[in-house]
Amino acid sequence: MTDKELEILRIIEEDARIDLNTLAKMTSINEEEIKAILKKLEEKKVILNYSTVVDWSKVPQAEQVTAMIDVKVTPKRGVGFDEVAERIYRFTEVQALYLMSGAYDLQVVIEGKTMQEIARFVSEKLSSIDSVISTTTHFQLKKYKHDGIVFEEGEEDRRIVVTP
Amino acid sequence: MSPLNVKTKSRLSSRVQDIQPSGIRRFFDLASSMDNIISLGVGEPDFITPWNIREASISSMERGFTAYSANAGVLELRQEITKYMYNRFDVDYDAETEVLVTVGASEAIDIGCRAILDPGDEVIIVEPGFVSYSPLVSMAGGVPVSVGTRIEDDFKVSAEQIRAAITANTKALMISFPNNPTGAVMLREDLQEIAVLAEEHDLIVFSDEIYAELSYDNQHVSFAALEGMKERTILISGFSKAFAMTGWRLGFVMAPPDLLAAMLKLHQYSLMCAPTMAQYGALEALKSGMDDVERMKQSYKQRRGFFVESFAEMGLACHMPGGAFYAFPSIKATGLTSEEFAEKLLYEEHVAVVPGDIFGAGGEGHIRCSYATSMDNLQEATKRMKRFVSKHL
Repeated sequence: MTDKELEILRIIEEDARIDLNTLAKMTSINEEEIKAILKKLEEKKVILNYSTVVDWSKVPQAEQVTAMIDVKVTPKRGVGFDEVAERIYRFTEVQALYLMSGAYDLQVVIEGKTMQEIARFVSEKLSSIDSVISTTTHFQLKKYKHDGIVFEEGEEDRRIVVTP
Repeated sequence: MSPLNVKTKSRLSSRVQDIQPSGIRRFFDLASSMDNIISLGVGEPDFITPWNIREASISSMERGFTAYSANAGVLELRQEITKYMYNRFDVDYDAETEVLVTVGASEAIDIGCRAILDPGDEVIIVEPGFVSYSPLVSMAGGVPVSVGTRIEDDFKVSAEQIRAAITANTKALMISFPNNPTGAVMLREDLQEIAVLAEEHDLIVFSDEIYAELSYDNQHVSFAALEGMKERTILISGFSKAFAMTGWRLGFVMAPPDLLAAMLKLHQYSLMCAPTMAQYGALEALKSGMDDVERMKQSYKQRRGFFVESFAEMGLACHMPGGAFYAFPSIKATGLTSEEFAEKLLYEEHVAVVPGDIFGAGGEGHIRCSYATSMDNLQEATKRMKRFVSKHL
């Protein structure tokens, strides 16, 4: 990857909505070249999506529960963990899925409307998969920071207005 | 109590009375009196000190490191400073005899002046420059002599310009690159000719390199790294700009042992030592803060790109500042003086900038705009400035 591509990635990871003109000035790369770089990175699936970080806890209609589930599984000959992982991540409730080192194998992040909904998912869908040996479910109580963004107080500018 | 009819001598020293209050102050009062302003007038990073540094300082207090440190600063910190300066800027100093941790770079300038100046000694100050140089020279009994740089020269200073200001009384030269307020940098060959001159006239050179880490296009060259210059250089730096630690008041000065011993004497009587908890924060900064420095530097560089280009769109001439976080565009095209421009801009568009004339010779006709503020602020500020300039062109 070139330095230019890297610089653009770093900037749009922070602000996906930045306009082309500003991006061009910031990087001293012209707009056409930036467009080409973005297109290439999208095609290569380096850039997967331009999403928004939302604090859903501030939206009363959208109350939801997030759980992290530690899953122990029996890997299958030939495909290892990939096959069971795919069976799990295809559920739309699954927000994230990671293969982990340590005490368990897969970490599943689930979002649901209620605890019951998540409990049902775990008992009916997850535990019933053949290679799943055990599950441990942890409910998230509060989000302090997500994707590098602190959810509560913004850090205001405390500097005095004119200094030497 | 003195009788009312007797004209008493002022209780203030004439030396202090002769010093003018900083022009920044007047502008600060003006800007503070208004709401909803976007300030491009701030001479410090917009980042908060990285957490690991803050945490290290808190931890030092928890562990009870609350007593005085050695006068020259915590030895471990001085050792880290010498290592850091050697690795980054190729200067080789002894932690025990050639480094002093000060209360900000400003103290270093102050005690440096007081250490070397006798009444009447002249110090050539390259301007536009930091507002403290000239008053600190005066307060030490010296005579400040301005040499102005120009936008045509990218605000670099030449040996010719300095030579023209040298008299039999010239004792020292004060330079600072990357420069506040111009953002100018000097390359090795630019500094080299100054070094020859310093040698020729046996000058002591104050080199304030507080913005060294914020050099965007070329690796910073320290004046003390030039051959033979360490012996005559008072090298000043600190943690404020690179590590976003302005409020910690922590700087350092490096100089040959005789000069350093003299400065240490002054420092020990007036300050004893720099705050211990700040020194432990700085220690952490040097040990593990370089990634943060790089991250902040990249961010300034991107904002510089955006900001400097927008002056061209406004129709204001602006050189590409190679370092620090200031742009210093010319506003001569508007026919306004720096003060008029800054004041009107503040009243009409609620954008605060600093008039260039308060930074000394060569500053009139320019304004200092700091891009150490959020991209949102920069975008809004440039929009307003465009509107303002188009009205006054």
